[in-house]
Amino acid sequence: MPADRTLRTLTGDTAVPRKNGELVFDSPWQSRVFGIAVGLAERGFFQWDEFRDRLIAEVAGAAPAASGESSATVYYRQWTAALEKLLRHKGVLSDHDLAQRTEQFASGERDDVY
Amino acid sequence: MSDRHDHDGGHHPGPLSPIEARVRAIESLLLERGLVSSDAIDRVVSAYEKDIGPLNGARAVARAWVDPEFKKRLLADATAALRELGIGGLQGEHMVAVENTPQVHNVVVCTLCSCYPWPVLGLPPAWYKSPPYRSRMVKEPRAVLGEFGVNLDPGVEVRVWDSSAEIRYLVLPERPKETEGMSEAALAELVTRDAMIGVSRVAGRR
Repeated sequence: MPADRTLRTLTGDTAVPRKNGELVFDSPWQSRVFGIAVGLAERGFFQWDEFRDRLIAEVAGAAPAASGESSATVYYRQWTAALEKLLRHKGVLSDHDLAQRTEQFASGERDDVY
Repeated sequence: MSDRHDHDGGHHPGPLSPIEARVRAIESLLLERGLVSSDAIDRVVSAYEKDIGPLNGARAVARAWVDPEFKKRLLADATAALRELGIGGLQGEHMVAVENTPQVHNVVVCTLCSCYPWPVLGLPPAWYKSPPYRSRMVKEPRAVLGEFGVNLDPGVEVRVWDSSAEIRYLVLPERPKETEGMSEAALAELVTRDAMIGVSRVAGRR
């Protein structure tokens, strides 16, 4: 099945966190960013390997976990960084837009994604 | 092994953490560009959370029903036979297939926790992980099977298989009688997750 195959290309340190087979998300942002990346690959906006290669690079150059960070948090932080880089590479996300929009959410100026 | 995992709701009572704000920003910008939709993201997540699905196991069962040589290999070494079908992803566990016959009914449980062959059967149903199922299936399997709607004649032997970190089981259900001539693909659609756990039979028509 496609769902299966996609995630099986992620092995070792890049394997998605699971517990007894089930995906582990510690908070909603992790499942959102998971869904965004997998969804964009499924609709062909980028090739899965383009994302995977960036994820491998993020995991390899990983900043150490902050104290109290769960393994899923560390993993999806890397996942998010890989996705950002790929989206910048594709020219759909500029540093400026991303920084500005992030600030709007962080400050509470914006609450919803649309 | 515990299988708790946290799913809090979607709403944040407090201010967003930097990473939360960043992911929202990404989603929001992609929505504006028409590259994602919230519904599509939800669908992806729930598909991956829930729908790895019992299809892999069903394919193996259907193959065993139509191909006696494959069935022999499946019963001799299920891990290898499943690999023939491209079904892998087991993390060091060994798969064992057990065959239901008119004389023997097999059912699978994990008394210690919730070991389950997820690459073959998808995600375990909630009841599989529940303490009553785990303890009662061992003590009174006929009663529990009866509650699932599987009423066995007293002459039928019940075998309860306790999964572990090393061994995972797949029940090979009996092929329904009225399925002569059906294609392998059509047969696979008849095979349910519950039948491969052993708590139901495969019905001829769905």
